[in-house]
Amino acid sequence: MAHAHAHTHAVKRHSGLMDWLTTVDHKKIGILYLLAGGFFFLVGGLEALLIRIQLWKPMNDFVSADTFNELLTMHGTTMIFLAAMPILFALMNAIVPLQIGARDVAFPFLNSLGFWTFLFGGILLNVSWFTGGAPDAGWTAYAPLAGTTYNGDHGVDYYVLGLQVAGIGTLIGGINFLVTIINMRAPGMTFMRMPMFTWTIFITSALILFAFPALTVGLAALMFDRLFDANFFDPSGGGNAVLWEHIFWIFGHPEVYILILPAFGVISEVISTFSRKRLFGYSSMVFATILIGFLGFMVWAHHMFTTGLGPVANALFSIATMLIAVPTGIKIFNWLFTMWGGSIIFNTANLFAVGFVPTFVMGGVTGVMLAAAPADFQYHDSYFVVAHFHYVIVGGLILGIFSGLHYWWPKMFGRALNETIGKLTFWTFFIGFHLTFFIQHFLGLLGMPRRIWTYLDGLGFNEMNLISTIGAFLMALGTILFLLNIVTTAFKPKNAPADPWEDGRTLEWTIPSPAPEYNFAQTPLVRGYDAYWKEKMDGHKGMTPAEPLGPIHMPSPSILPFFMGVGLFIAALGFMYAPDWGDMFDGFKAGYGVGIFGLLILFGCMFLRSVIDDHGFHIEEEEILKDKGGKA
Amino acid sequence: MSAHSHVDGQLPHEPEKATLEGRNKVLGFWLFLGGETVLFGTLFSAFLALRHQVLGGPPAEELFNLGLVAAATLILLTSSLTSVFAVHALHTHQVKSLIMWLIITVVLGAGFLGLEIYEFVHYVHEGHGFTTSAFSSSFYTLVGFHGAHVAFGILWISLLIIQLAKKGLNTTTAPKVYIASMYWHFIDVVWVFIFTVVYLMGKVG
Ligand code: HEM
Ligand SMILES: [Cu+2]
Repeated sequence: MAHAHAHTHAVKRHSGLMDWLTTVDHKKIGILYLLAGGFFFLVGGLEALLIRIQLWKPMNDFVSADTFNELLTMHGTTMIFLAAMPILFALMNAIVPLQIGARDVAFPFLNSLGFWTFLFGGILLNVSWFTGGAPDAGWTAYAPLAGTTYNGDHGVDYYVLGLQVAGIGTLIGGINFLVTIINMRAPGMTFMRMPMFTWTIFITSALILFAFPALTVGLAALMFDRLFDANFFDPSGGGNAVLWEHIFWIFGHPEVYILILPAFGVISEVISTFSRKRLFGYSSMVFATILIGFLGFMVWAHHMFTTGLGPVANALFSIATMLIAVPTGIKIFNWLFTMWGGSIIFNTANLFAVGFVPTFVMGGVTGVMLAAAPADFQYHDSYFVVAHFHYVIVGGLILGIFSGLHYWWPKMFGRALNETIGKLTFWTFFIGFHLTFFIQHFLGLLGMPRRIWTYLDGLGFNEMNLISTIGAFLMALGTILFLLNIVTTAFKPKNAPADPWEDGRTLEWTIPSPAPEYNFAQTPLVRGYDAYWKEKMDGHKGMTPAEPLGPIHMPSPSILPFFMGVGLFIAALGFMYAPDWGDMFDGFKAGYGVGIFGLLILFGCMFLRSVIDDHGFHIEEEEILKDKGGKA
Repeated sequence: MSAHSHVDGQLPHEPEKATLEGRNKVLGFWLFLGGETVLFGTLFSAFLALRHQVLGGPPAEELFNLGLVAAATLILLTSSLTSVFAVHALHTHQVKSLIMWLIITVVLGAGFLGLEIYEFVHYVHEGHGFTTSAFSSSFYTLVGFHGAHVAFGILWISLLIIQLAKKGLNTTTAPKVYIASMYWHFIDVVWVFIFTVVYLMGKVG
C-alpha cells in the first residue's frame, strides 16, 4: 500500500452514537442492517400473529376487516422489503469483503447511504399506522384497488413512497457489491475460487440491479396516478390495470430469487464446513446460480396465468417456469452429495441448513405444481399459494438466515451463540413452521381463498386454521428463544477465536473475531478454492501475505448519508400531504414547500459530498502490530 | 490504493483509471447505467402500451411538431460530440480546453432543455395536459424523466467545471469528469430512442 504519503491526516474517529450514525465500515453497517432488519422482522411477525389470531376460528372479529387488510399488506411488505432483504444485506456486508480478502467495499460512503435510505423508507412506511391507516391493497398493490377510486386515503401513498425510498438503498447496495466483488478480490482469488456465498451475493446483486429499476418506474407511475391524477392504471383515463401486474412481476419474480440465492449461498458454506468436505460440484453450483438468475427474468407471467394472457403466453411461461426447477434440483443434489460420507456435525447452524433442504424441496415441488397453468386456475389466490411461498421464503430464506446468523455470529460479534438455546430455537421454529404452513396446502385445495378476513363455519376450515395458528405461536416462541440467546450471549466474554468452528474453510476465518477495522493486516495470497482449508491441508498455520505490513488507508466517516435519508423522508411526507395542507402562499401548496425543502437537504448533501475531497486517514503500523499482539 | 499516487503534472494517459477508487467509480457507473437502461426500458414499455389511449386529447400525429424536435435532437447530439472532445482533452491533460468543451456541452444541454420546456408549454395549450389521457401521462413521464436527467446532468457538469477550475485535473477529478461524460452519452442514446419511438412512430400513427 501507498507508503510515503503526500498528505498526513489526523485520525478521524467518532465514538458512541455518533460512530454509528457516521460509520462507513461495512462490518458496522452490517450490524446496523441486522438491528433494523431484525426490528422490522419482529414488527412483521407481530402482524402475522394478529392475522393468525383473527383466523383461528370462523366468524371471528378480533380485528376489523379494514385492520385485517392493513395487517396483511404490511406483513407482506415489511417481511420482504424491510426484514428479509436487510438481514441479507447484513450478512453480505459482514461477510463478503472478508471472504474475498478485501479491506472494504468499493463505495463505503454509498454503503452507508444505502442503509440510511432503507431505514428511513421503512420508518416512513410504518408511520402510516399512526397517521390514519396503513396501506391495505396487498403487498402487490394491484390496480385499480390501489388507485384513488378505491383507496382514497393516504395508505397506499405510504406504500409507494416508502418503498421508493427504501428501494434506492437496495439498488445502491447491489451496485456496490457488484463492483466490490469484481474489483476488490485479493490476489489469487479468481472468480472460480470465490466462496459460494460470495457467488450468490454476486448474482443476487446483478438481479437487484436489473429488477429494482422496474419497481422504481412502477411505483413512480402509481404515485403519479395517485398524487397528480395521471392515468397509467386507471381504465377511465385510458390506462391499463394489467400493465401494473406486468411491471410489478417483472420486478417481483426476480425479487424472490434475490431473496433465495443468498440463502443457497449460506447453506452451501454451512453444509460444507460441518460435513468437513469440499462443496460437491462447486462449478455446477456456480453455473446453476447463474442460470437461475437468468431464467428468473423470463417467468414473471406465471403470477398472471388467470389474468387472461391467452393459452400461448401461459404455455410459454409455464415451460420457462418449470425449467428453473432443473438448476434448483442440481443444487439440492449437490448439498446431499456434500453431506454424503462427510463427518457431519449437527450444531445449530447446520441443523438449520439441513432442515432447509427438505423444506425448500417441498416449496419447489408446489412451485412446479403452480407452474402448470391449467392447474394453477385451481390453486391461484388460494391458501395453496400462501403455503407455497411460505415454504420457499420462511422454509428457505429464513432458515438460511438463521443458519448464517448462528454460523457467522462469532465473526460479527466475537462471541458464539449458545448451542443449547440454539438447538431449542431450531426445533421450535422448525416444527412451528411446518405446523403453520403444511396444513395450508390442504386449506387451499379445499378452496379457502387467500387474503380473506374471516370464513364461515361448516366449510371444513376450522381445525386446520386452528392448527395453523398454534404453529404460528410456536414459531414466535422460537424467535423469542433466539432473542434470549442473543441477550445472554452479549453478557459472555468476547473470546471467540479466529476460527471458532475449527473447520473454517474460507478467508473470514483467518482473521480475528470480530474482524479489526481494516480486516486484513496484510492482504492474503489465495492459492486455491477454500483458500484457508488449502493452507491447513498443506500444513500452514495461516495465509501467505501478498504484501508487506504497512499503514492502511481508510475512508473517513460521514454524517451526510444520514441526512440524505432524512431529506428523502421529509420530501416524501411533504409531497404526500400537499393536497391536505393548504397553501403556503397564493397557489403554492405548503406540502410542495416541505417537499422541496427535503429535496434541498438531499441535493445539498450531494453537493457537499462532491466538493469536499475525502482524503481518508491512515492506520499506522504500530496500531496494527498492537492488534496482532492480542490475537490472530 | 491512494488517491494521490501521481503528482500533478505526471498524470497517466487515462487519469480516470489511475486509482482503484477511479476504476471502481467507472465500473460502478457502467453498472448504474445498466440499471438506468432497465428504468427507461420500463418507461418505454408503458408508453408503448398506452400511446393510443388519447381519449379527448389531440393524437400524436396532430400534436408533434417534428421540426422543433429535430432541432432539439441536433443540439443534444452535438453536445454528445462536444463531451467527446472534453474527454479527449482529459486524456491529453489540457485543463483549459477540457473546461471549455464542458461549458459548451452544458450550454447545448440548456438549449435542449429550453426547447423541451417550450414544447411542453405549447402542448398543454393544445389540450395535451399531464392528466388528459393515458397517452399524455405516459408521454410526459417518459420524456419528462429524460428531461430531468438532462437537467441533473447540467447541474452536475457545471459543478464539475467549478471543481476543475479550482482544483485542476488530478486523479480525483478525472474519474468524476469521465463518468459525467458517460452519463451524458447515455442520455443522448435514450433521446435517440425517444425521438424514434415517441415522435417518429407518433407521426406514422
Ligand atoms: C422451483 C421454483 C419455483 C416455482 C416453479 C415457483 C412457481 C410459482 C408460481 C407458478 C406462483 C404463482 C401462483 C399463483 O399465484 O397462482 C408462485 C407464487 C409465488 N412464489 Fe414461487 N416458485 C418457485 C420458487 C419460489 C421461490 C424460491 C420463492 C421465494 C423465495 C417464491 C416465492 C413466491 C411468492 C412470494 C409467490 C406469491 C406471490 C403472491 O401472489 O403474493 N417462489 N410461485
Ligand atoms: Cu414467481
